Amino acid sequence: MNKAVKLIVAIGIGAALFFVCGRFIAIPSPIPNVTINIQYGVLAFFAAAFGPLAGCLIGLIGHALIDFSYGWGIWWSWVIASAAFGFVLGLFKGLFNPNDGGFGGSKIVRFNVTQLIAHLIAWGIVAPALDIVIYAEPANKVFLQGLVAGASNIVTTAIIGTILLVAYAAARPKKDSLRQE
Amino acid sequence: MIRFKDFTFKYNAQVEPTLRDINLEIEKGQKVLIIGPSGCGKSTLIHCINGLIPFSFEGEKQGSLTVDGEETWDMSIFKLSRKVGTVLQDQDAQFIGLTVAEDLAFALENDVVGEPELHQKVDQIAEVVNIRSHLLHSPQELSGGQKQRVSLGGVMINDCDILLFDEPLANLDPDTGKKAIELIDEIHRKTGDTIIISEHRLEDVLWRKVDRIILMEEGRIVADTTPDRLLATELIRKAGVREPLYITALKYAGVQLRPEMKLASLDTLDLTEEDKQRVRDWYSKRSDSGAPSRTEPVLQVRDLNFTYRSDRSQAEDHQALKDINLDLMKGEMMAIVGTNGAGKSTFSKVICGFENCDSGSLLLNGQDLKELSIKERADHIGYIMQDPNQMISKVMIFDEVAMGLRNKGLQEEEVTEKVNEALKTCGLWPFRNWPVSALSYGQKKRVTIASILAMEPEIMILDEPTAGQDYRHYTDIMEFLKSLNERGMTVVLITHDMHLMLEYAERSVVFSDGRIIACDTAANILTDRDIISRASLKETSLYGLAELCGITEARGFVEHFIDYERRYERHA
Amino acid sequence: MRNLFNYISRKSPIHDLTGATKLVCLLLWSFASMMTYDTRILIVMPFLAFGLFALSKIKLRDVSFMLGFTLVFMVLNNILVFLFSPEHGVELYGTSHVIAQLWGNHVLTLEQLWYHLNLVLKYLSSIPIVLLFVCTTQPSEFAASLNRIGVPYAISYAVALALRYIPDIQKEYNDISKAQQARGVEMSKKVSLLKRLKAASTILIPLIMLSMDQIETVSNAMQLRGFGKNKKRTWYMARPFTRWDVLSMIFCAGLLGLAIWSNLSRGTRFWSPWM
Ligand SMILES: Nc1ncnc2c1ncn2[C@@H]1O[C@H](COP(=O)(O)OP(=O)(O)OP(=O)(O)O)[C@@H](O)[C@H]1O
Ligand SMILES: Nc1ncnc2c1ncn2[C@@H]1O[C@H](COP(=O)(O)OP(=O)(O)OP(=O)(O)O)[C@@H](O)[C@H]1O
Ligand SMILES: [Mg+2]
Ligand SMILES: [Mg+2]
Repeated sequence: MNKAVKLIVAIGIGAALFFVCGRFIAIPSPIPNVTINIQYGVLAFFAAAFGPLAGCLIGLIGHALIDFSYGWGIWWSWVIASAAFGFVLGLFKGLFNPNDGGFGGSKIVRFNVTQLIAHLIAWGIVAPALDIVIYAEPANKVFLQGLVAGASNIVTTAIIGTILLVAYAAARPKKDSLRQE
Repeated sequence: MIRFKDFTFKYNAQVEPTLRDINLEIEKGQKVLIIGPSGCGKSTLIHCINGLIPFSFEGEKQGSLTVDGEETWDMSIFKLSRKVGTVLQDQDAQFIGLTVAEDLAFALENDVVGEPELHQKVDQIAEVVNIRSHLLHSPQELSGGQKQRVSLGGVMINDCDILLFDEPLANLDPDTGKKAIELIDEIHRKTGDTIIISEHRLEDVLWRKVDRIILMEEGRIVADTTPDRLLATELIRKAGVREPLYITALKYAGVQLRPEMKLASLDTLDLTEEDKQRVRDWYSKRSDSGAPSRTEPVLQVRDLNFTYRSDRSQAEDHQALKDINLDLMKGEMMAIVGTNGAGKSTFSKVICGFENCDSGSLLLNGQDLKELSIKERADHIGYIMQDPNQMISKVMIFDEVAMGLRNKGLQEEEVTEKVNEALKTCGLWPFRNWPVSALSYGQKKRVTIASILAMEPEIMILDEPTAGQDYRHYTDIMEFLKSLNERGMTVVLITHDMHLMLEYAERSVVFSDGRIIACDTAANILTDRDIISRASLKETSLYGLAELCGITEARGFVEHFIDYERRYERHA
Repeated sequence: MRNLFNYISRKSPIHDLTGATKLVCLLLWSFASMMTYDTRILIVMPFLAFGLFALSKIKLRDVSFMLGFTLVFMVLNNILVFLFSPEHGVELYGTSHVIAQLWGNHVLTLEQLWYHLNLVLKYLSSIPIVLLFVCTTQPSEFAASLNRIGVPYAISYAVALALRYIPDIQKEYNDISKAQQARGVEMSKKVSLLKRLKAASTILIPLIMLSMDQIETVSNAMQLRGFGKNKKRTWYMARPFTRWDVLSMIFCAGLLGLAIWSNLSRGTRFWSPWM
């Protein structure tokens, strides 16, 4: 029961972080008028720390709230893609769990390979497929859009997600490692 | 009602038990205060009673703990939560609802209470804690004291027989703290509930009567008696907890303290003529130390105004600073005090460039600050925020302190040298290879001080440097700041601690509702009833003691006390 | 940023509907406009939507910022579609009425313009409804509504928590970012993209650590007050349905039904005068 309540709170606060990062933290990119979405780094962190359900719901709620706050309605295809990314990454949490045993060399590689695949699934398959099915948009447009978004998300997740996980794992003191000098 | 028997508890993550051989019985309707230095296990004891241990924090126990005759280890947290209500230290964590009304209703909602009853009970409890007019406000719109009321209401709505308060006064200004204590007392009298309070600010809690004080040290109960008895001993001081000031003054004056003197409150204090004479004699031995006079301003603030703009068409803007004029002198130690929400933190943020003022001017050594970026201002003015966790972004202590220097592009040898020096000054040298997360709150605060210190600013602004610290750590931090100040650093302290300003600040600035309403020595301010009430400060109990002993020169008495403390006690 | 939803308090029949009703209507309405490309239905919906908007007493000026955003988004999306697939309309409708020659061997067709008209109508029929929902629903009522329409209460409460903590996190982010800038962290355009991302993570680290602590304390606080005790929970902000609630839901359900019926009966989602 305790774990369940903690998970709910993690989903709520994770979604709030996702929202704030996606809505208010605009990192200017080299292309004018395009900003970089750092929220996927945060989503990856929560999926790795709390698992697939958290990843899925944080993506879903956070992204839906962002869409709402802009007033353009919920762009379901992309909202579901965000949820799919969190879900897939969380599913493989066991490969790179930051909660025990630190977050070093091989875990970093495993995390990044997984996030790459998860992003490809989300933006290369889920988002465009739903765009076509729901909105009947032209295929070449949605696939290109998905791949551009996916590529930028892969880069931000690689940098921000990794840094966050390394910092988080290192911040948990190991037993018997603390001695005053 | 609550019974610990040979109770020992060890957290799974710890090697040593945190609570040892606790034997304690608390009867129904009693009001009990738990005191002790930081880390002695007060919160742990409270978590044992409310069920968070073992429900949320795992560990091993020996002995038994029963609430209403039932072992808590065999109960669910939900069953226990019907009997025990807890007001947590962190008000923002305690405030779960989106609005006041929802937060009050939270416990009932979980109990599946139906609509008409829900609304009726919320109204009723809002009346009791006097928050009726704010039912639809969000937590961001409330002051510290109002949030405190909501926390209390949200717990009371469950009709628990036992109410636990973990540091209810942290971060409240003195007057709001006083009101919180009055509110708790009122509820105690009306409901007859059992009340357990854990708090560092002993004198503030004793503003209203408590039945018993339990003094803890290193997980053990070292005293369990009435306030009158305990105050007559040396135990409190030895444990590193601050006694009420009038008690300390009586001790300095050589008055023999006896429980019959009703020491718990200044109102009931019963001094013989002989005792009073002792105090008067002590006072007559005073010597004028005379504050250093300073003439060279380092920072000049003129007609400063600042408004928080709301990003919604409907909400009102909030003018947080109004016509601020202030000269900060080179090398002085100044305190800023005032009500919760008076604009103290905002003022520092405007000075540091975190926010841009609407109008007015800021001159640093004659240079206009407006031309400088946040980073450039930071080369001159270091701001240490209230919450150290907001400032720390590196894992290791060394890197954290080095960060600013490295960003400046300094050579690594130079960085190492400066960081080491800052670490030594702040007493963090033994921990230099630790991750920051392994430190206590107070130590983290010192890390943030070290990281600003390494940048060698001319002025340091510290937001609540001593909040939540016990007396020993408080003294450590303050003596350290004083030594920095003596080496020429200009120091500004934002604080709710009246004694801190009395003891350390040459000058105090009082904020009230965005304005400066006074700027004078602390002793003058704290003996001015008008300012005290306008800025929600609290008269020092030394003033009352002076009155009681027939000393008309209350101000001089306060000054003498501080002087004496500095010369004889601190360095002893 | 007290109000993510930009709730605007007015007295109107739309405000009087319960949050749950408005959520259900929003979903039904947007599914209807999502499903169909039947222009005969799509042309009516914007009128209805703007009519409701007028009924809610929300002025266009109140939402001009959000409206501007979406209109730009709509135009951009149309341009993108056109650039990538100038003959998409021909594929969808299966006829071709050429108007002009474009680049390469692409042609501009009436069908393509018809498709764009439909896209624009879809936007115009859903934007006002979303804005209406956002402006007339109290955030507090939102979570209760989710639970009412069948979302488990734990997940509904996660949404409430997200709404509760967004302003706090935003404030923390601002404070942290300023403190880091004071220590020389650069986030401006002057530095390379990689550096900017690293700078962003220096700010995110304290924010995440704070949030992890907060998760711990908030979940403790919730359990101490009995969260998760029962299979159900009630909501202070929930309101009983009135006749108008039921009528509104029936109306929107009818709209969706019409859209589905139009699709099924003709065997296609698309409709054009040339079919
Ligand atoms: N969840 C935990 N796991 C392991 N150790 C813990 C945990 N919580 C507290 N401790 C340890 O138990 C000891 C007592 O902590 P506790 O919080 O009870 O102190 P306290 O008396 O309330 O201090 P303060 O006045 O600073 O609040 C500390 O040494 C602390 O490190
Ligand atoms: N980001 C903000 N947006 C809008 N209003 C704010 C913001 N920050 C603070 N305020 C308001 O400005 C006023 C001054 O706040 P400030 O934090 O400066 O108070 P303070 O004197 O530091 O109080 P405390 O002693 O509780 O720390 C308060 O009324 C507060 O509600
Ligand atoms: Mg404690
Ligand atoms: Mg403050």
